[in-house]
Amino acid sequence: MPEIRNYTLNFGPQHPSAHGVLRLVLELDGETVVRSDPHIGLLHRGTEKLAEYKPYNQSIGYMDRLDYVSMMSNEHAYVMAIEKMLGLEVPERAQYIRVMFDEITRILNHLMWLGAHALDIGAMTVFLYAFREREDLMDCYEAVSGARMHATYYRPGGVYRDLPDTMAKYQSSKWHQGRDLDKLNETREGSLLDFIEAFTQRFPGYVDEYETLLTDNRIWKQRTVDIAIVSPERALQLGFTGPMLRGSGIAWDLRKKQPYEVYDKLDFDIPVGKTGDSYDRYLVRVAEMRESNKIIKQCVEWLKNNPGPVIAADHKVTPPSREDAKTNMEALIHHFKLFTEGFILPAGEAYSAVEHPKGEFGIYMVSDGANKPYRLKVRAPGFPHLAALDEMAKGHMIADVVTIIGTQDIVFGEIDR
Amino acid sequence: MKQSVLDLKNKVDTHFKGRLLSSEIQFDELTIEVSPANSKNILNQLRFELGFDMLIDLCGVDYLSYGIANWESAQACNTGFSRGVFDFDEIESDETLKKPRRFCVTYHLLSVCNNNRIRIKVYPDNTEQPIVDSVVDVWNCANWFEREAFDLFGILFSGHPDLRRILTDYGFVGHPLRKDFPLTGHVEMRYDSEKGRVVYEPVTIENRVNVPRVIRH
Repeated sequence: MPEIRNYTLNFGPQHPSAHGVLRLVLELDGETVVRSDPHIGLLHRGTEKLAEYKPYNQSIGYMDRLDYVSMMSNEHAYVMAIEKMLGLEVPERAQYIRVMFDEITRILNHLMWLGAHALDIGAMTVFLYAFREREDLMDCYEAVSGARMHATYYRPGGVYRDLPDTMAKYQSSKWHQGRDLDKLNETREGSLLDFIEAFTQRFPGYVDEYETLLTDNRIWKQRTVDIAIVSPERALQLGFTGPMLRGSGIAWDLRKKQPYEVYDKLDFDIPVGKTGDSYDRYLVRVAEMRESNKIIKQCVEWLKNNPGPVIAADHKVTPPSREDAKTNMEALIHHFKLFTEGFILPAGEAYSAVEHPKGEFGIYMVSDGANKPYRLKVRAPGFPHLAALDEMAKGHMIADVVTIIGTQDIVFGEIDR
Repeated sequence: MKQSVLDLKNKVDTHFKGRLLSSEIQFDELTIEVSPANSKNILNQLRFELGFDMLIDLCGVDYLSYGIANWESAQACNTGFSRGVFDFDEIESDETLKKPRRFCVTYHLLSVCNNNRIRIKVYPDNTEQPIVDSVVDVWNCANWFEREAFDLFGILFSGHPDLRRILTDYGFVGHPLRKDFPLTGHVEMRYDSEKGRVVYEPVTIENRVNVPRVIRH
């Protein structure tokens, strides 16, 4: 009789379905996973340590690079922590802009997740479709900040600048000219808000396309239904937030329960799953994209009718306009102070959290009254999710590990920090 | 101040009569401090009797250089003001490192059923070997959070099932988020083509202060 032993398999860190640099040590019994031990930290850049050495404003850019598929949501939690400690009022228009971009970010994130998740478990087309729409949304990022991904658009007290009146257009090239070009530029004739409005009208149709490809797809269902079921009790115990928690049937969303910015003035619903399996989490996220679209529509409508300032006028924190700095002595002093030393936060500590596309993204800030944070802790939603991989994968086949990594929506930027 | 936070403070204060070292509200957030000997018991009660069903975050804080600025000189001398190059990393004297109440473990709890939050701070007694009770059996997600606090701060958690390093490299020495650990680290790494492997060497870059840390009141 040959001796039967468990087999230990190394998965990653360079594996296309590891979503970055995940190294998994899997203990297998045949094809069944007995134990899995994720090794993380391969993308650890020490964001928290770096932030301790920089004035507050200079760390906003680091926040983008945490969860690098939902950039502005990360910034949001960070600037909210600063605003909370300063007691700074954000103008209403800036709040609407932030909410609109948070939701654009949510769609960006969910599209990335949907495409990659489907690609991982055998559906190629969705990825291409998802990236088609991501392109439009990244153009929105570019229009307001100049960068397609790492925007650094949110600032303590508001946003960097108001929404632009024009959209960048495609130029004639050897690939696109004539009628082809006109079609590409069709929605880009007006302002950014017109462009976003046109997008919100197209987008539900696109979501229908993804659903046609996946929701009733036999293979998709075979790969996701009843995979990695998490009961509501376990989900709480494991620290799940966001779609992972809602997929297990707990209606918890910070946008509704602890509303920040203007979420309490907007009309939207919170989709909730029933069985807590991977398929439910898929349905929750797809439904969330439709809800986000609804929110964006309402924001566009409000923003079109309500011009106003987009950043607080407290020049101890926000820079004065360039024109002021040239004519007004006090404004010049403010400008000089802000760009050499930065602003000072009162001593104390605060925690601020936003409903990030992946869950609760929190910033815990400790200040000793200096111009740099004393300690900055990033509470990444993916961290407890990945910690639960062992429990979720136990007893499943090795191929299902890929489904589980996908359904958790893992991004290493935020987990490794 | 929000009424709900005040209500929570009263509720917590009466529930733990005299067992809290402090409880205060700042920025509409309730923070309580408990002694390391009591921490496990109090956290357990917060979970099962006061409904804090979720551990949102657990992290370490190192208070070694709290309130110390880079730019301390009060008067100009013939060389002018100091250039703000003083860095706390350079202090290696053992006495400073033994500062009491240097380390702190901070818990952020969330109650999904009551919709409120609370922060708990625990200062381990022994600064050289800070140790607090693990809460893995109260909230299972504490496992990785405690591993992270151990890795980055060297805080030990008694009763933790598997206290390994988590974020740093295999074979890493030191605890990088401690204030006496320099930003540049101690070693750098490169591929040595002669030896045919990756080698570690002492860092060649110097720590530089671009914007001095200033404290103004």
